[in-house]
Amino acid sequence: MAASSTVSQISVARTEAGAPPRHTLLVRITHWVTVLSFFALLVTGAELIVSHPRFYWGEAGNSGTEPLFRIPIPASRGTVPSGYSYTMPDQNGWSRYLHFEAAWVLVITALIYGLASLLNGHFRRNLLPAPAQRNWPAFRAVFARYFRRGPPDAGEANSYNVVQRLSYLIVIFVLFPLVILTGLALSPGFNAAFPIVVTAFGGRQSSRTLHFFVTDLLVIFLIVHVAMIALAGFWSRNRAMITGHIKSQPYQTKERV
Amino acid sequence: MSVISRRKLITTGVVAVAGVAGLSAADRIAKRYGLIPPDGGGIYGPGETLTYAAQRLLTKHSLAREFPRSMISEKPFGNELAPPTDAFKHHQAAGFADWKLDVGGMVERPTAFSLSDLKSLPTHSQITEVVCEEGWSYVAEWIGTPLSGVLNEVGVHPQARYVVYYSIEPDWWESVDMADALHPQTFLTMGMNNGNLPVHFGGPLRLRVPRQLGYKSVKFITRMTVTDSMKKFGKGLGSASPEAGYSWYAGI
Repeated sequence: MAASSTVSQISVARTEAGAPPRHTLLVRITHWVTVLSFFALLVTGAELIVSHPRFYWGEAGNSGTEPLFRIPIPASRGTVPSGYSYTMPDQNGWSRYLHFEAAWVLVITALIYGLASLLNGHFRRNLLPAPAQRNWPAFRAVFARYFRRGPPDAGEANSYNVVQRLSYLIVIFVLFPLVILTGLALSPGFNAAFPIVVTAFGGRQSSRTLHFFVTDLLVIFLIVHVAMIALAGFWSRNRAMITGHIKSQPYQTKERV
Repeated sequence: MSVISRRKLITTGVVAVAGVAGLSAADRIAKRYGLIPPDGGGIYGPGETLTYAAQRLLTKHSLAREFPRSMISEKPFGNELAPPTDAFKHHQAAGFADWKLDVGGMVERPTAFSLSDLKSLPTHSQITEVVCEEGWSYVAEWIGTPLSGVLNEVGVHPQARYVVYYSIEPDWWESVDMADALHPQTFLTMGMNNGNLPVHFGGPLRLRVPRQLGYKSVKFITRMTVTDSMKKFGKGLGSASPEAGYSWYAGI
């Protein structure tokens, strides 16, 4: 209680003219930590795929069995029938170390963000569609405006529209939990303790394939997310996520308490 | 100085002190209960320690998944091997009749086991999956004797913490902690899918550690050392894997 009121007062103190920040300190910090860990996971995950760019369905699969599909790139290991006569540089060692360390950072950050957002009302207030938005016309209106490249509504500098809210809810409550669970289903130690997770995904190789597909969806989200920010004003939106300020005036040190 | 900044200062101070105290307490507890892996230093150390500690606290006694006979892979995949050394070829030419497993270190009775000695111990089989760090896998039946039985035969000292095991081939050695060494599915494996263990799959003797990735299941085992510390083995990181850039603990 005391701690949270202190945090909010600090946040208020750092914004201009007493206005609440566009994004709370907690949202800003967890957002950028997630960005860093997601990029580490994405790069190292891609490196790991290079060692075996074939995907299977079911429990087991290897170079001697028929893949569900394969990525047409050379592999970093000589035993993989990639169709190329040469191998790529092998980067699995550090990629594995960093993948799992970044996964811990992501999971711990997600737990802090998720728990705090449940308690402080961030999910309910900012991400759950507001009562006036919970209808098809509101949903269609946002898309219609996107397609004719219309300017954002005035309110959107301070709040999210229904399409944004639903996108964030899907990423936070569907895609991230799925990518974490399909990743855990690849751990032999975790599978020994909780076999139901890997079984529910249809087996070890199915889990690996789903881990790849969910990652693809997260990358699509990332591309659209960054594109929309660029359209709405790249620097003003980034400033809001870094300092909490919305307006384009420089930071007013004098007003700092 | 305003109320808010003073309160902020006090809060920050309290949080910082609590954080440092918490971390140092966690470090002491982790060391005391053996939750820090031998490669737990360096920039990847925190991630490795979190993984190893979480597994040891939550999944120490769990059993690797076993599969029905119908799920045995028709095409198991034996990974690439370096060309065999003369020592191995010599044994192979003799039909592995003189193959020995030397078990020593912190034990009451250092013993050299022949393959027939090992076969006279209780034989078990398990249908488990070999999982390569590259991403591929296969399911096979593995037949052998639990390592725990051999460790009971030689009498392990109570302060033992790791079992180090060596291939006859150079620079191929690993270690596991006692939780995995004494685990009922950790087998000295001599048979596969109702036959002898083929050379390509590690025959005549492979240590199977089914709760960890395939690279912990070293092929052509000839020597084992029980120890209380990995400091004096190689570079002190636990096995040949971290020296080549891979985690020591491969149960993830």
